[in-house]
Amino acid sequence: MVPNIRDIVGYVETHDWGFTQGHRLCPGCNAPMVANWATLAAKSMGYEPVVAAATGCLEVSSTIYPFTSWNVPYIHNAFENVAATISGAEAAYRSLLNRGKIDNDKIKFIAFAGDGGTYDIGLQSLSGAIERGHDFVYILYDNEGYMNTGNQRSGSTPPGADSTTAPVGKAISGKLQLKKSIVDIVAGHEGVYAATAATAEPWDFMRKMQAALEFKGPSFIAMLAPCVRFWRIPDDSGPEVTKLAVETKYWPLWEYNMGVYKVTKKPKTFKPVKDYITKLGRYSKLMKRPDANEILEELQNYVDAKWDRLLALEEISKDKPIRTKI
Amino acid sequence: MPVKLTVTGAAAVAHAMRQINPDVVAAYPITPQTPIVEYYAGFVSDGIVDTVMVPVESEHSAMSAVVGSAASGARTMTATAANGLALMSEIVYIAASYRLPIVMPIVNRALSGPINIHCDHSDAMMVRDSGWIQFFTENHQEAYDFTIMATKLAEKENVLLPAMVNLDGFITSHGVESFEMLDDEVVREFVGSWNPKYSLLNTKNPVTYGPLDLFDYYFEHHRQQEEAMKNAYKELPGVFEEFEKISGRRYDFLDLYKVDDADYLMVVLNSTASTAKYVVDQLREEGHKVGLVKPQVFTPFPKKEFQQVLNGRKGVVVLDRAMSFGKEAPLYSLVKSSLYEVASRPSLGSYIYGLGGRDTTPEMIREAFEDALQGNLIADEQRYLGLRE
Ligand SMILES: Cc1ncc(C[n+]2csc(CCOP(=O)(O)OP(=O)(O)O)c2C)c(N)n1
Ligand code: SF4
Repeated sequence: MVPNIRDIVGYVETHDWGFTQGHRLCPGCNAPMVANWATLAAKSMGYEPVVAAATGCLEVSSTIYPFTSWNVPYIHNAFENVAATISGAEAAYRSLLNRGKIDNDKIKFIAFAGDGGTYDIGLQSLSGAIERGHDFVYILYDNEGYMNTGNQRSGSTPPGADSTTAPVGKAISGKLQLKKSIVDIVAGHEGVYAATAATAEPWDFMRKMQAALEFKGPSFIAMLAPCVRFWRIPDDSGPEVTKLAVETKYWPLWEYNMGVYKVTKKPKTFKPVKDYITKLGRYSKLMKRPDANEILEELQNYVDAKWDRLLALEEISKDKPIRTKI
Repeated sequence: MPVKLTVTGAAAVAHAMRQINPDVVAAYPITPQTPIVEYYAGFVSDGIVDTVMVPVESEHSAMSAVVGSAASGARTMTATAANGLALMSEIVYIAASYRLPIVMPIVNRALSGPINIHCDHSDAMMVRDSGWIQFFTENHQEAYDFTIMATKLAEKENVLLPAMVNLDGFITSHGVESFEMLDDEVVREFVGSWNPKYSLLNTKNPVTYGPLDLFDYYFEHHRQQEEAMKNAYKELPGVFEEFEKISGRRYDFLDLYKVDDADYLMVVLNSTASTAKYVVDQLREEGHKVGLVKPQVFTPFPKKEFQQVLNGRKGVVVLDRAMSFGKEAPLYSLVKSSLYEVASRPSLGSYIYGLGGRDTTPEMIREAFEDALQGNLIADEQRYLGLRE
């Protein structure tokens, strides 16, 4: 049963949140929205979320002993292994249910990780857990860098964004490599539900979260969730910025379900990607470089091509799942 | 009725696991541990056990999944060796600090580099400070028995620590030998069912595992881990006694062989103790008062037991199957430091043997004993058995 927005609002008024007050994330950080909304989606559907998190801003700021902001069972293990950790918990759940040691059939497993814990050091653990077909929802809050350790580049950092381990300098224009297309990597496992989301589009996220929860097997949602501190943007502008990312094709909203691609938001017209880039302080050094326009043009061509490709994938995969069960 | 089985050590351990029938086993193959996982996967696939098996993509994920599973209140096991243990090691520490009673057979193998698949104890020694209980076993019977006892001890409410059961790579794991297998029912009753107080799956009483533990509590939590180790030490005699009741086999912290009147003692871990016992017998026949001490429990280190047995002897030789570069060998340094407080200290000798699976012959063992018999021991000198200098 998928609730509508009114049910969810009603739920918030009468129930506890899964992720609650007292955390020490920066004001304006988009990561806690992700934790809030995901647990809310699960709870409003009558599920009981059990949560795991990878090391990163969300984790270190929400569980400073002896306090915790988690109102649901929660485990943090290490940086690179949240998917393996949750797969162990999910295996335990199946085993204990089989053996009649517990009878709660409402539990849903949700893993949270940043881009470092997902694109880079945690990729193997994520891939293994998806391939094994564990029933869990993995939510990436993508702030395009290692923020907890102070704004280092990650496999998700886009070219030209200033970071401490690939700074924009006089000789080099910051990170030279593109961002990995993580949802495509996950989709490559085939027996999976995978989607992008953005903090500017909570309802789109809710719908995808619900689809992920109902999906019997591994599912993955990549949520663009700005770090206000290192993106050098005003505290209240995270969602505004992700809105621009969607409107400029920088971060298209789409989903993948067992081989079928679907674009979930198709703006009639797009803004130039420059509108997005120039909003973010982390590109200001790049914009001062003589080759700024060249780099911007390259990025524009890239996002245009990716968008066309996405539409084509949607077209050819329509009603043609490559798998029907996991 | 107990039955005699003549199988490999890996099969003996897999049978112990089958009888324990844990809720979850997550593991990754590595020589010479692989047959344990394979046997167990076979038991699962034939429906002999109803364990949920998680064939993970690496040892790091094996230990990570095992932590997730044990925190969820499931009785959980894994097994590994050498580089597998090294890859796990980050999470090995985490498992202990979360106080999760995981049981893990370790089929001892030389740790790279360079790569080598044969037996030594460098893997177990690498994680000796990780907060796990560590047992060492001489043969199939002990590997089987200690896997069962480890489960019982780890889950004691005042212990709640993970435990590893070490057995020698190839020598024990692949060698075929007879051991006595208890009845399934007897083992099941002995280990009982596992009902942890806290579980991730108890959504009515949500717990947070693995918080950020800064300067204001981390220290206290480590102090508690130390207390749990002390409790493990206190609980062990009871576990040994209970196990004797079901098996007729009596274990202790130290396995003592012909020590009563011995002037000279050898200390050695695992399967080499069998060779050493043979040499002790030979030397006894020649009229020498020699004996053997084989630690079964390495962590918590049975310091008091060592003091009692070594105090007043003429000479003690300690054999290590691992090196601690730039420092004294791991077993030797612990034995030596435990003797600081005894009334009458024996002279001591440190011997490294069998690295990377180097054969350890009776002649080599004899060499170490002879140094002792001739009064030729130097506490500060590390010697090597069977090494081409
Ligand atoms: C094995 C290991 N290597 C490095 C670290 C240090 N470390 C902790 S969090 C982190 C970066 C986290 O980045 P990300 O996953 O993107 O999350 P964010 O901080 O952005 O929320 C790093 C490098 C660690 N904890 N463990
Ligand atoms: S540093 Fe960035 S990601 Fe981390 S809490 Fe602050 S705003 Fe959020």
